[in-house]
Amino acid sequence: MTEMPRKPLPEPSGESRPYWEGLAAGRLMLQRCAACGRIRHYPRPLCDACHSFETGWVAASGEASVQSWTVAHHPYHPAFRGELPYTLVTADLPEGVRLVAQLRDAGPEALRLGAPLRIGIEENGEGQALPVLRLAGG
Amino acid sequence: MSLSGQAAVTGIGETDYRRDAGGRSVLRLQLEASLAAIADAGLAPREIDGIVLPMGTGGTVAEDFVTNLGIPDLRLSTTTPLGGAGAVAAVQCAVAAVAAGLCRHVLLPLGRTGRTGSRIGARIHQMPQFRTVGEFEAPVGALAPAQYYAPMARRHMELYGTTSRQLAEIAVTTRRHAILNGNASMTGPMTIEDHQASRLIADPLRLLDCSLESDGAAAVVVSAAEIARDAPRPRVLVTGVAEGHPDSPSAITQRPDLTRLGLAKAAPRAFAMAGVTPADIQVAEIYDCFTYIVLCQIEDLGFCAKGEGGAFVEGGALGLGGRLPVNTHGGLLSQSHMAGMNHVVELVRQLRGEAGAAQVEGASLGLVTGYGDLGDGTVAIMARG
Repeated sequence: MTEMPRKPLPEPSGESRPYWEGLAAGRLMLQRCAACGRIRHYPRPLCDACHSFETGWVAASGEASVQSWTVAHHPYHPAFRGELPYTLVTADLPEGVRLVAQLRDAGPEALRLGAPLRIGIEENGEGQALPVLRLAGG
Repeated sequence: MSLSGQAAVTGIGETDYRRDAGGRSVLRLQLEASLAAIADAGLAPREIDGIVLPMGTGGTVAEDFVTNLGIPDLRLSTTTPLGGAGAVAAVQCAVAAVAAGLCRHVLLPLGRTGRTGSRIGARIHQMPQFRTVGEFEAPVGALAPAQYYAPMARRHMELYGTTSRQLAEIAVTTRRHAILNGNASMTGPMTIEDHQASRLIADPLRLLDCSLESDGAAAVVVSAAEIARDAPRPRVLVTGVAEGHPDSPSAITQRPDLTRLGLAKAAPRAFAMAGVTPADIQVAEIYDCFTYIVLCQIEDLGFCAKGEGGAFVEGGALGLGGRLPVNTHGGLLSQSHMAGMNHVVELVRQLRGEAGAAQVEGASLGLVTGYGDLGDGTVAIMARG
């Protein structure tokens, strides 16, 4: 009997653990430099603006807008084969950073640059909480 | 001190690209290409005194070459791990080394078993330059280069009206060139309709927008310019060379301008070093892991303004006799995916006048680019002389 391949899971570092723990608790958390206030993403040790290692975390507003997207058709990983095709949206957050997440409840034909989005969080079927995106309003 | 004209590419060598390696190891392939390049330079293997290994494919190290080639006195050993930008980065490194007098003849071998060995999609997340996307993007299903690059192409399309048929022009022209080359993996003709009918991989990229997975090796020898006067082949000087890294090099997602590559920073430096402009370039070997990456580099090199690449490539502009002949060997799309070392080889061949049916008539000035990982860019401008 063949074992079902597992999806790739993050291996959190000291810097990124609060991000992943935040998702598990239902919140998208962003690093905020404790010295100069700059928000940065993806999580990393050092503020590139003021070079402070002191870091706090803030919850994202949940708003976003479309920067770009792609639709995945090719099965690069067997664990995602059953979900194909899926739309991956690159989203601008008003906090000044971006995230990439799968689009829910709409197809790529509904996307336009700048279209408003809402960030959600869902469990990926294997116990991992991940961000997802939905078109805002309607 | 300017590096312009301080070094020449004196030797070029390649393996057969037409079939899989038949069980030959990566090191064996690299040694075959290296011996060919060393002989082409009119050198004996013992005269090699520098080795720059681009990319790190296959896990070979300089010691393997010392041992197998019988090199008695290696004076420089380094690597340029910039993915597909690594081959031209290795040229830059070799030029600097010979200009500084560290060594005289530098061997640049690149080879892989990308067809019969491990698939690239399964491999990249073991590479440290993909660590960030591996942690934050692979879990949501962004797993492979096509999926990381496709949003750049989509944004370009939405901003500037670039179309999939324009990307097809690049694939079709490149295939036409491969058919002229006696050593290309893909030898059947391709039409724009073939491209449009090929299956989607990561929208807007279709199968025929994607490069090959190949077995083989290519190598060049870079020598100090003065010594190169004695080389048997026409001398091809490196007159400009530069490397550039994009903003947010670890994650395309966070890049302020998704349509600007590291090459946009490197290109003005290389043109200034060479003392030429894009209008002077007669042939260009442009790294073509995906069709869109060619289009974006044409803009970032300054052949046209940002957003005009789609119109630029239309109507056979990149073909022989077109306004900018590109990838006259068939590129990564249709010749072989030798991570751009085959592009370096082809530029030298063109500037020597040895490109056979694909020769750009009278070509004496050209350029070659590299594009690596998440947007690193390299460019070398070369001239016969």
